[in-house]
Amino acid sequence: MEPFKRIESVVVPLDRANVDTDAIIPKQFLKSIQRSGFGPNLFDEWRYLDRGEPGKSCQGRPVNPDFVLNQPRYHGAQILLARDNFGCGSSREHAPWALLDYGFRVLIAPSFADIFFNNCFKNGILPIILDTQTVDRLFREASATPGYRLAVDLPEQAVTTPDGHTLPFQVDPFSKHCLIHGLDDIGLTLEHDKEIRQYESKRRKDYPWVFVPEEASRLGFTG
Amino acid sequence: MSAKTLFAKIWDAHQIRQDADGTALLYIDRHLVHEVTSPQAFEGLRLNRRTVRTPEATFAVPDHNVPTRDLAQGIQDPVSRLQVETLENNCREFGIRIFGMGDPRQGVVHVIAPEQGLILPGLTVVCGDSHTATHGAFGTLAFGIGTSEVEHVLATQTLTQKRPKTMRLTLTNTLGPGVTPKDMVLYLIGRIGTAGATGHAIEFAGEAIRALSMEGRMTVCNMAIEAGARAGMVGVDDHTIDYLANRPYAPKGKDWIEAVIHWRHYVSDPGAVFDRELTLDASAIEPQVSWGTSPEMMAPISGQIPDPDTMTDPVRQSSARKALAYMGLQPGTRITDIPIDKVFIGSCTNGRIEDLRAAAQVVKDRKVASSIKLALVVPGSGLVKRQAEEEGLDQIFITAGFEWREPGCSMCLAMNNDVLSPGERCASTSNRNFEGRQGAGSRTHLASPAMAAAAAIHGHFVDVRRL
Ligand code: SF4
Repeated sequence: MEPFKRIESVVVPLDRANVDTDAIIPKQFLKSIQRSGFGPNLFDEWRYLDRGEPGKSCQGRPVNPDFVLNQPRYHGAQILLARDNFGCGSSREHAPWALLDYGFRVLIAPSFADIFFNNCFKNGILPIILDTQTVDRLFREASATPGYRLAVDLPEQAVTTPDGHTLPFQVDPFSKHCLIHGLDDIGLTLEHDKEIRQYESKRRKDYPWVFVPEEASRLGFTG
Repeated sequence: MSAKTLFAKIWDAHQIRQDADGTALLYIDRHLVHEVTSPQAFEGLRLNRRTVRTPEATFAVPDHNVPTRDLAQGIQDPVSRLQVETLENNCREFGIRIFGMGDPRQGVVHVIAPEQGLILPGLTVVCGDSHTATHGAFGTLAFGIGTSEVEHVLATQTLTQKRPKTMRLTLTNTLGPGVTPKDMVLYLIGRIGTAGATGHAIEFAGEAIRALSMEGRMTVCNMAIEAGARAGMVGVDDHTIDYLANRPYAPKGKDWIEAVIHWRHYVSDPGAVFDRELTLDASAIEPQVSWGTSPEMMAPISGQIPDPDTMTDPVRQSSARKALAYMGLQPGTRITDIPIDKVFIGSCTNGRIEDLRAAAQVVKDRKVASSIKLALVVPGSGLVKRQAEEEGLDQIFITAGFEWREPGCSMCLAMNNDVLSPGERCASTSNRNFEGRQGAGSRTHLASPAMAAAAAIHGHFVDVRRL
């Protein structure tokens, strides 16, 4: 995972509440067994006028000029501004993969869906929660000002607006640490292998029926 | 000892360690795996030279991509086929049990796991799938995870998690005749909104929940995620124990007796304190139908499509406008005046035997309306299908003009060939009415199996209580 410290970038305002992960990356792309390459199909149904297919190049597809991501002033943006409950619906991690592959490293919204929020951290994306009023203000400013940029500083936990306003945000210390250092949390967990083993052997002793023996699979259903 | 919630009992019993900031390392008892969210996790293991730590706790099934007819020909779409084969190969390589294509037990992961007795009270259960919440019906802590977390569980049999808050939804009285668990949960989501329970584990309680069968409770817990909840759960009672008796993977003999004594403890203690409480009257719930593109956009069958102009919250107003434009619907239209093109009965929400029985009861001795282009019944599993055929339900559906298909996720998310065409309107027993969910431009109306069946017969929604 690529470490994350500071980013300064153009901001794309996506003015919709409850953007679900089906919209972020439609299901036909979930057939991929890869982790990368989803960026061109991010928001596929909103971004293009035809239907995208996995394995089909997006070059030359008719784009929807009204969709915010297609407006030239937002090209190269790494920060996405969104509304409430962003990332709701399916748990597909293809959603953060697609956002990351497109180039987004920061998402700002008044609230995020839980699974999606977790998935972002696992992939080097920083989801920032700011209050509704502040997000409203950012939406107004980003839409009104071509070239509107924000600076995001994770170690300092602050977003800075072009006029020098600093907006502090919360992030839990563990996720922050992993993000800043680009740490893989499986490696971190395996450092506790001894504790896991102790827990597991006690559980096996106390509740042996929790663990399913191989031969159970041959028993017929009689209920 | 102070009174504990059901949630706290399970969480505390699975916490291996806790960091200063409250992040817990949780032991995971059951890990369910399907073909869509797992390939990148197995690939990650290989890249890092890791193994599956506890293969016996892991069970796999292909469901999202599988075709629902002409199974003998295999999967025609090469991309889907590769994904299913990748799952089979990964299971072989890492020693994981799989209910593969052609296994009579194969079906939607959340239907087959309880059916096989894999879901037991007091366990932690995860799956790379948001509807894992289904399994909370057993007094289990069950929640959906992303693919990185799938890899984490495969490698460590644990997850690092923040402790969610708790919320109790108490449903007093009982559901009226013709009103189903699906209507109950749709009504709840309409009331509290799709972010109404974000950050919370919901415990469903009260007389109306106690009265539900295990299948009904699964339907309710299944859609807890649609209210934003991390998990949905119901305390253990006789229904739970009776359901589990003699299931293939449930404990047997002396283990069974010990387990049952232990399981009785998976209820919230009297006086346990929840972070939030909400009480609703189940007897006031009518059959529900969704009108928009979010499961909170819900109306009773006696109602009409709301007018965005009357909404005060600007975000809700603009969402409702967009939804109505997408759905091709006008404010003020009565729900019973919405015409339907296709009907889908199935999914992990409503693909179990009781759902098929409820739909068949409506369909019996009637015919699908001539305006309906396709009415599909997709059993949730091979065993549900077999049971339904033994009861003659397949014949009732076929005689009425339904198609009777093989088990899988099918038109719930339309990853196989069961797809709506742009603009088509479907009465669906699934769980999500998002834009494009059932195919690009598809229009989904969520409803109960009985309501979807009745819509198939009449060509538009009708109140099943009046039939
Ligand atoms: S039936 Fe639908 S919601 Fe359930 S697991 Fe399959 S795709 Fe997901």
